[in-house]
Amino acid sequence: MDPVGEERFALRLEHLTVRYGDGCALCLAERAQAARARQSGNRCPRCGTVWAARDVSLKVREGEILGVVGESGSGKSTLTQALYLDIDPAGGAYYLSSYERGERDVFTVSPQQRKYVRGQLLGMVYQNPHLGLRMRFSASANVAEKLLAAGSRHVGFMMERTNALLAHMEVPVSRVKEPPRYFSGGMQQRVQIAKAVANNPPVLLLDEVTTGLDLSVQARVLDLVKSVQRDFGVTMIVVSHDLAVVRMLADRTVVMLNGQIVEEGITDQIMEDPQHVYTQTLVNSLLL
Amino acid sequence: MTAGYNFAFLDEGSKRAVRRAIIKAVAVPGYQVPFGSRELPIGRGWGTGGIQITLSVVGPSDVLKVIDQGSDDSVNAVSIRSFVAACTGVETTTDSEAATLIQTRHRIPEVPLRNGQILILQVPLPEPLRLVEPLESVTRRMHAEMDYAPIWLALYENIVRLGEIELSADYPVMVENRYIMMPSPIPRFDNPKLHMSPALHLFGAGREKKIYALPPYTEVRSLDFEDYPFRAEDMSGRVCHLCGAEHVFLDEFFDAAGGAKLYQCSDSGYCEKRRKGGAVDGSRG
Repeated sequence: MDPVGEERFALRLEHLTVRYGDGCALCLAERAQAARARQSGNRCPRCGTVWAARDVSLKVREGEILGVVGESGSGKSTLTQALYLDIDPAGGAYYLSSYERGERDVFTVSPQQRKYVRGQLLGMVYQNPHLGLRMRFSASANVAEKLLAAGSRHVGFMMERTNALLAHMEVPVSRVKEPPRYFSGGMQQRVQIAKAVANNPPVLLLDEVTTGLDLSVQARVLDLVKSVQRDFGVTMIVVSHDLAVVRMLADRTVVMLNGQIVEEGITDQIMEDPQHVYTQTLVNSLLL
Repeated sequence: MTAGYNFAFLDEGSKRAVRRAIIKAVAVPGYQVPFGSRELPIGRGWGTGGIQITLSVVGPSDVLKVIDQGSDDSVNAVSIRSFVAACTGVETTTDSEAATLIQTRHRIPEVPLRNGQILILQVPLPEPLRLVEPLESVTRRMHAEMDYAPIWLALYENIVRLGEIELSADYPVMVENRYIMMPSPIPRFDNPKLHMSPALHLFGAGREKKIYALPPYTEVRSLDFEDYPFRAEDMSGRVCHLCGAEHVFLDEFFDAAGGAKLYQCSDSGYCEKRRKGGAVDGSRG
């Protein structure tokens, strides 16, 4: 059976578990975990282990934008880091339709293959541009890094491609030779997006891309994200604590709390008819 | 020989440890082998890596040449030569062809080296990835995974900003299509001499505690792009004002008295031999 291709899922995550700490008999027992999650957050009161993600499963269809919302510490960024293979999970399986037809668990591949998946099949836009960009190198070189990692060794081709991508992201041609440390926050995010889509990855991960930007810049970045999805046909996972951002972008939304998914559905449905108490609180805060 | 010191200054255990690192380096060309860099009567950063290799491989029948930026007469070269000669008693020379061991800083002799010779290069910064990655643990992993895109990125950045690759020395090379290696701060002019050289090249970085090597007849390619091929410094049209040599690496200086720009062989031993009229095998002058 083709675990991903059959239903045309771009990405499928099963039972992702990420913990910081060794765990103890109390928190390692599955039923105790669930009880703890309900009662006292995601930190074990006996051993202090933090369960940053616990039994998180999700599927994203090709071309879909999935929103992930939740408060600080709910496991959103952990989820993106795991999806971008930045961290090693304690458990779970991860399939990409673009990798070995979705038949191989990406969490178990060799470091070389992991590098290939990160470089070719996934794009990542971090909340903090310092994590995604080399601030001492020019914007052009930052975007070209992805092309170089893919094996390109033709300067003319790379310059043409990076200039086109940066122009698409509204970075002026006159500034492509400048390092991003001289750019505004919004422009740094746009360079990150250009870098993330340089190799036309089928899946793009965006972690709080508008946090820290003023409203007008936020709007421009969000417009850009929508246009990237439209022009590149990429599947996206958009992580944000801001429900308004997710409402604007996402087709479907999952709500996270204490490292677990507490509600999942079509974005409009989540907004109009939230079922979980926490989701209701989130939606109410948006309406206020 | 200086009384009170072991042959070649270092104790036998230390020399064996360095030789073990050398053997490993020769077995894996271009791979940086960590070693326990010893204290020497010379400050770290003044060629201690090269000296430790020289002291570890030198034997009583060897003939030693020491050069610094091509010159046999600089303070550094003279000091190292005197030191090694004093604690081993080996014969020294300024003739690259007569030498069996050549310790050098920043140059490879003009005369093509032959099989059986050992060239020992002093290396200040052995890590080619250091420019883009400060953590040693990360650079080791990057070498293991051949994650060399950041080095290409540094070269690409040069072209973006300056229109060409402006590295004039320490230009990175790919060894046997496996490891990217810093050839020590030799000029780009000397990079092609590493490719398929019949001599053994040993690189020692005392401060950074690393040894690496190029065994004879190793494939060494300078990094370049498809549309920006590697180019060595162009010495055409320049002539040494002392010996008349052409197509060798020439130092440029300004003659204050005459007001003219003059060129002179960087390799002083080569220049001296030409002036004395001695035949220089493989001479390009």
